[in-house]
Amino acid sequence: MEVTYVKAINMALFEEMRRDENVFVMGEDVAELGGAFKVTEGLLEEFGPDRVIDTPIAESLIVGAGVGAAVMGLRPVVEMQFADFISCAFDQIVNMAATFRYRHGGQVSCPLVIRAPAGAGVHGALFHSQNPEAWFTRVPGLKVVAPATAYDAKGLLKSAIRDDDPVIYFEHKRLYRSIKEDIPEGDFLVPIGIAETKREGRDLSVITYGGCLHYALDAARIVEKEDGLSVEVLDLRTLLPLDREAILATAKKTGKVVIAHEDRLTGGIGGEVAAIIAEHAFDYLDGPIVRVGMADTHNPFSPPLEEFVLPNTDKIVAAIRRLAAY
Amino acid sequence: MALEREKHLAERSLLTLTETELQDMYRMMVLIRRFEDKVAEMYMRGKITGFCHLYAGEEAVAVGAIRALYDKDYVVSTYREHGHCLAKGASPKRVMAELFGKATGVSRGRGGSMHLFDAELRFMGGYAIVGGGLPLAAGLGLSIQYKEEPEIVCCFFGDGAIPQGAFHETLNLASLWKLPVVFICENNFYGMGTLTQRAICQQELYRFAQPYNIPGVRVDGMDVLEVYAATVEAAAHAREGHGPYLIEAVTYRFRGHSMSDPAEYRSKREERIWQERDPIKRFRRRLIERRISAATLDQIDREVDAEIEEAVRFADESPDPDVSEVTKYVYVDA
Ligand SMILES: Cc1ncc(C[n+]2csc(CCOP(=O)(O)OP(=O)(O)O)c2C)c(N)n1
Ligand SMILES: [Mg+2]
Repeated sequence: MEVTYVKAINMALFEEMRRDENVFVMGEDVAELGGAFKVTEGLLEEFGPDRVIDTPIAESLIVGAGVGAAVMGLRPVVEMQFADFISCAFDQIVNMAATFRYRHGGQVSCPLVIRAPAGAGVHGALFHSQNPEAWFTRVPGLKVVAPATAYDAKGLLKSAIRDDDPVIYFEHKRLYRSIKEDIPEGDFLVPIGIAETKREGRDLSVITYGGCLHYALDAARIVEKEDGLSVEVLDLRTLLPLDREAILATAKKTGKVVIAHEDRLTGGIGGEVAAIIAEHAFDYLDGPIVRVGMADTHNPFSPPLEEFVLPNTDKIVAAIRRLAAY
Repeated sequence: MALEREKHLAERSLLTLTETELQDMYRMMVLIRRFEDKVAEMYMRGKITGFCHLYAGEEAVAVGAIRALYDKDYVVSTYREHGHCLAKGASPKRVMAELFGKATGVSRGRGGSMHLFDAELRFMGGYAIVGGGLPLAAGLGLSIQYKEEPEIVCCFFGDGAIPQGAFHETLNLASLWKLPVVFICENNFYGMGTLTQRAICQQELYRFAQPYNIPGVRVDGMDVLEVYAATVEAAAHAREGHGPYLIEAVTYRFRGHSMSDPAEYRSKREERIWQERDPIKRFRRRLIERRISAATLDQIDREVDAEIEEAVRFADESPDPDVSEVTKYVYVDA
């Protein structure tokens, strides 16, 4: 069945809510409007206002109340209307949710999912464009996922909902309606913590996730055709915990690694991936680890500035060529 | 809806304001309306992109309130701030250029529609985070108090901000420290698609003043004179050191939440009822009653149209920001 990325997320919500009546959805405009991006469209009609809940604009409360419901055994899926607003809920995520189980010696768990539409390229300016995943990937107790395909979007959301720990689910809003693919009917899961090789290759690896996966795949096709290079593309899919085995396997296989993400370079996931490789696969490397990411600035409104700061296919192609020639 | 006293004060200001002042208020309301209409047109033509929230229908709030301030007073706003920024005196050219993302824009193309800012005019910004401007207003007020300056702050926010913690934190502190801030809640009944009835436990929003021990009034936000008169009182209160004031201006946005919202959650009937209260048409009728000629007002309309055309030309012909300056302004330049 051919579905868009946004449809895949929507289907996962439908299926999980049918499967388990403890699953419910809560957030700003998620019910009557079906979400700012129509991700939760149709849920209200099927499940009613007790399970599909519009809230006031109050992110800290939405997450905090989600934690409260989760520790009582419910499985809330709360939405941040844009990932940029997740900062308003920071305390409830990193202090309340993430530490809940640990700080009480494992007495109760917190099976909460926070969905957050992230990503730039829609001229959203500073507060409708961010990729805030790296604020959270250094917080033990959280899990962080960032699917890049419709298949992974569906499978990872289902896994997140069934997971007994708090999971932040970053969905890339540029992908909602721009990608479409065949996915199997019915129930399937994508495990949290497992990366996937989206393209096999011998000469060089691109390690990426989220919005950049598609640029990386395009770049791999371009350099294969124009330069005869065989590029492997590893999609991390989960950012916390990272799939160290898969990262090291591809690094050892090709000996040359480009890391690409839409988040800023400084303090981004790429630094952690690079450190893992440098620490555990140094002897296998045939060149420096190269990172491609957003410039260390804010998301500018001006479309030419925005295009300039963001990674894209061309920038990944250039990085691949530079490293291949090393 | 508004109390008799507010109506009475509005009537009085129709007499105390000079003809020039009244005409200026009319001009500004028309300017905002035509500006927003033009923005919508430019958006459809792809000249303006991103998230864009128009102020049409709510002009009386910004114009009435800001008219009641001194030039040196400060204004804090939201992401629906084109109107406030223009009313504070910003050049339509530079506001339009910002929406086009151009280097000549008020925020040099960095902020766009939601982040207009003009330090010289003491327009302290639109801001895309709902409720995010309120603590800032408290800080501006604190600074005024600290330096013993005579100015006040006027802080606009939507009904949607009331459920945010920032609203309650700010009102408590502003009251406790008697900060010179006039808070103006633009109650247009919706936060995106959500009716205030489904988001707020109290529908008379000015009553949120009471638990914080400050005065609160509700005014007809479709009546520029009523907003003006209430703000005159509130500003005097704040300026004289009595602390903050909460004004609830009941209003209506004529368009969807943003350019991408068809507003299907509202009935056509409801929209029509509010269109009939169009603040500009209403004010125009009252001015004509006060013997300002229709010809004079028509002349203002024409001048405004020319000014808007000029703003579009300026924005269109302005250069984009230079990509070599992409990290400029992140820090204070050496
Ligand atoms: C912290 C935060 N949460 C959510 C949003 C998304 N959002 C933008 S405007 C809006 C509705 C705000 O309504 P209101 O305050 O009544 O202002 P109005 O749009 O009616 O002028 C929402 C939910 C946001 N910008 N910031
Ligand atoms: Mg509103």
